[in-house]
Order: sequence, then C-alpha cells, then structure tokens
Amino acid sequence: MFIVNSIECFDLSKTYRGKGESKEALKNVSFSINSNGVFAVIGKNGAGKTTLVRILATQLMPNSGTAKINGLDIITDAKKIRSQIAVMPQEARPVPWMSPRQNIFSYMLWRGFTPKEAITRADKTIKYMHLEKIAKKENESLSGGMKRKVLLATVLASEAKVIFLDEPTTGLDPISRIEIWNIIKRLKKDHLVLLTTHYLEEAEELADNIAILNNGRLVAIGTLEELRHKIPYQYSIMTDTKNMKKIRASLGRCKIVKGKEKTQILANKELANRITTLLVKHNVVFSTSPVSLYDIFYYFARTDIGENNEEE
Amino acid sequence: MKRSSISQVYAGVLVNAIYAMKNYPIMLLNSMLMPFSMLVVITLASRGALIGVSILGAFISALVSNGIFLQADLSHLKNDFKLQQMIVSSPTPQINYVLGMAFSELVYISPTLLVLFVLALLFIHASIVGAAIAALAISLIFVVATVIGYMFSTFSSDIMQTWGFAGVISIVFSTLPPVFYPITYIPMPYQYLAYLSPTTYAAEIAQNAMGFISLTQLNIAIDWAVLLAILFVALVVAIKRSRWREI
Repeated sequence: MFIVNSIECFDLSKTYRGKGESKEALKNVSFSINSNGVFAVIGKNGAGKTTLVRILATQLMPNSGTAKINGLDIITDAKKIRSQIAVMPQEARPVPWMSPRQNIFSYMLWRGFTPKEAITRADKTIKYMHLEKIAKKENESLSGGMKRKVLLATVLASEAKVIFLDEPTTGLDPISRIEIWNIIKRLKKDHLVLLTTHYLEEAEELADNIAILNNGRLVAIGTLEELRHKIPYQYSIMTDTKNMKKIRASLGRCKIVKGKEKTQILANKELANRITTLLVKHNVVFSTSPVSLYDIFYYFARTDIGENNEEE
Repeated sequence: MKRSSISQVYAGVLVNAIYAMKNYPIMLLNSMLMPFSMLVVITLASRGALIGVSILGAFISALVSNGIFLQADLSHLKNDFKLQQMIVSSPTPQINYVLGMAFSELVYISPTLLVLFVLALLFIHASIVGAAIAALAISLIFVVATVIGYMFSTFSSDIMQTWGFAGVISIVFSTLPPVFYPITYIPMPYQYLAYLSPTTYAAEIAQNAMGFISLTQLNIAIDWAVLLAILFVALVVAIKRSRWREI
C-alpha cells in the first residue's frame, strides 16, 4: 500500500544545560514535509542537526514546541511513532562481535518480529543490499564503508517508513559514499528519509527538500530550486581570475568570489545575462550554471551572522 | 502488526551473551575468575571448613558482580555503538530491553553457575526449602544489582566513566559484604560496615537457610524487610531516574 509520510515541527526548541552554562541547540524550528523522498538537513557542526533528529526520533524531549510524524505527536504518541520509524545514529557502528546477518536479525527481533520473520527479513535485505559475501563475517573485520552499509541494511530491513539517517556517509571514501547514495535513492518512492549531512553535494544529489540549520535556527527550507530563489543571485559564472581586469569595471552589483586561478561571479538572471554578453564581447572563456547548494548554504550561513555583502 | 516481547528479550540475550560468548570465549573464563579464586582462597585458608559457605558465596558473588557489570556492557553498547539509540527509537519498550540484558548476564555466567551447582551438590547438604530460600534471596540481590547497573549505564557518556561507577558499586556490593564467610568472622565494630551493603542481607538469609549460620526469627524478618525495601527503592529510583528517552 502506498502511503505518503510526513514530518511536521511546531516551534521546536531545545537547550542543553550543563555545569553553569547552557547551549540553545534548537530555536523555534517549524516546518512541514508532507511527501515521500529525501529531506536533507544541512548545517555546520553544532548547527542542531543531530538534536533535531534525536527529538524527532523520540530519543530526546524538546524544551518547548512539538512535532508530528505521520500525524502522531512525538511527546504524547512516542510509542506509536516508534513502530513507524527507524534511526541510523551519527557515529553508530555495528556490534563488532556479530556478523551483518546477526546484526540485522537481532534488530528485527528488537522490533518485535518472530525469529522466523526476523531471519526472513535479514536474508531478504542482505540480498537486496548485495551483502551476501560478507553476511557471515565478523563486523569487526569490515571496512568503514561496509560497516555503514550493514547499519543501513539493519535499518532498511525494518518495516519503518520514516527513516532518520544522521550523517550516514561521514568519513567514507567517494566510492562507498556513492554506494550509500544509490541505496538511499531506491528508498525515495515509499519512504520519507530525513538525512543530515555536511556534504552539500550529497544533499544536492539526493534531496527533494532541503532545510538549512544555522546556530539552531532554521534559516531556509525548500527544494533546491526554491532555495535558489530565496537568495539574491541564481546564477554562477566562472572565469579565470586573470580575465577579471577586462570586465571588472563593467560589472553591476553582484557577488564576486575571487580565487587564485578562478573567480566566481554570482548574479541574478538579468545581471547574469548582461555579464555573459559582456564576457562574450571580450572574448573571455567562462562557464555558467545555476547557483549550487554550496552558494546557497554559504549565503545563509553568512547572512545569519551578519557577514554577507552584495559585493566582495 | 503484533509484536513479540519474547523476541525483544531474546534479542538482548543474543547480542550481549550468545554472540559475544561465541566470538570472545575468553570472557567466559573472566566471568569465572573472581568467584572461583575467592572460593579457593577461603577454602584453603579455612582448611576446608568454609567450603560450603564459600560455594554459596561464589554463587552470590558471580550473580552480583555480573549484575553490576551489566552497567559496563550497556554503556559499551550505548556509547560506543549507539545501539541503545536505535532501540529507543524502535518498538522495544525499556523494560524488555533491560530484561533481555539482565537475562544475557545470567546466560553469560551459566557455565559458572553450573560448575558451582555441581560443587554445591557435592559439598552442601541443605534441604530443598533452604536451597529455595537461598535462591530467592540471591535472585533478589541480583535484580537490585542489575537495576542499579542499568540506571547508571543510562547516565554514562563513556566507558571510562562507567568503569569508575562500576568499581565503586562493586566494592559496596561484593567486596564489603561477608559472602564467602559468615558475618561473625568480622570483628566488631566492623560488622556494622558490612550492613551498609545490600548484599549482606541476602548473604545472611542464604547462609541461614543453608544452615551455615543461625539467625533468630527477628533477624531473618529484618533481613527480608531490608532486602525487599532496597529492591523497592532501587526499582522506584531506576524507573524515575533512568534515561531511556533523554530530557
């Protein structure tokens, strides 16, 4: 049966109190995602991504506000929610003295399946994830990428339709990362995956919706295209830094990020048209593309601390 | 979907005992060392006179130590592998997780208990009722140790901190109390110190039931009352203070 999953947050706040000091990890976060697919939450270290995941996954209570998973309240309906969610925590590792098959099997038992159902699910997932060759090896002997795949398999073997993946590819090599991406892509149709990541290209590649957290506050949310329209420039033009002398005086108000060899010019559509015409006129080699998530993230992260300028 | 509590308890036993025993058999030996080394020392020092009470003491020591060191196991699974986070966000209720882990400790020391059981059959001649009373008292102190071990594990943020806690609790629960010998062997006024440990009450009940010491009815009643009160308080505090879902 096809079900549309949802996550809604209402003024979610969390403050950690420790020896004489307190840290606001989340500040009045509100949003609503009502579709299957990948919802990426990006932000710097300490932005509040893991706190958000832990609150939504019913591991941590918020100080104020609440949230709903598939219409169920995280505070009052936690037990019901736990049947519908599964979590791969940040820095989680499969238990070293177990094999991947044992890992998945025991987690299925914890989810309340009978041993027969649990082993069927474990074997089916091992096949689905192409883990047959390592299924009976000790987790301890696996590479970092394989360990992550085992954890992902453990979570995917469950019946959960809302899946939280907290930085699932941190520290992985590019090949392992792409393998994990391919698995996540296959979940999009009938799962809602909340993915936190540092890697902006990962969010760009996988996410249907993206939220940017900065210092505990939600500073932007939307599809990549929607986010592009939330900043003053939508296009990125790259050219050699040495060419800038020829055109610098003719450029209007745009953002210029000067590098040693390459310079990036960020502009809105109208200005980008003018600049590219100008570059053609000066016979300058350049490339143009819509702004990347990196540009969007950088804009919001800096605006939030009052460091953004139209021109640099 | 109907979920099986038995499966959830079984998962704990598999992860923390059966799979671990299969892959790290050295841990089995380790679980035997402490109770058997004390059993041998006390038996030799008493020229065999205390062999019966030492076997009983080894039972108590093995169960209490493993109950306490459940804390280290849980902390390891929670902090190093983030397993507890995965379980909290699953349909497993806290009680099934703790029960599974507590049973896993019993399974872990089952070879030790089996050897001790054989020794008890050979060297202790007690009535079935006496053995049942001793078993009940020992079971209760195991539950107390387990509950306290679990509660502390939920507070710990790394394994080093856990070893610190476990060391202190271990002294209170298994070093201080007279489990391998009768409390009368401790000179006054140090006997009072032994009563600071919950294990002393269970040990007295068990030693009396097996005929190694002779307590008055009043003393027996007090021991049971204190043991049950400790169990009640441990359960209430654990239910109120354990951090399953953190605040």
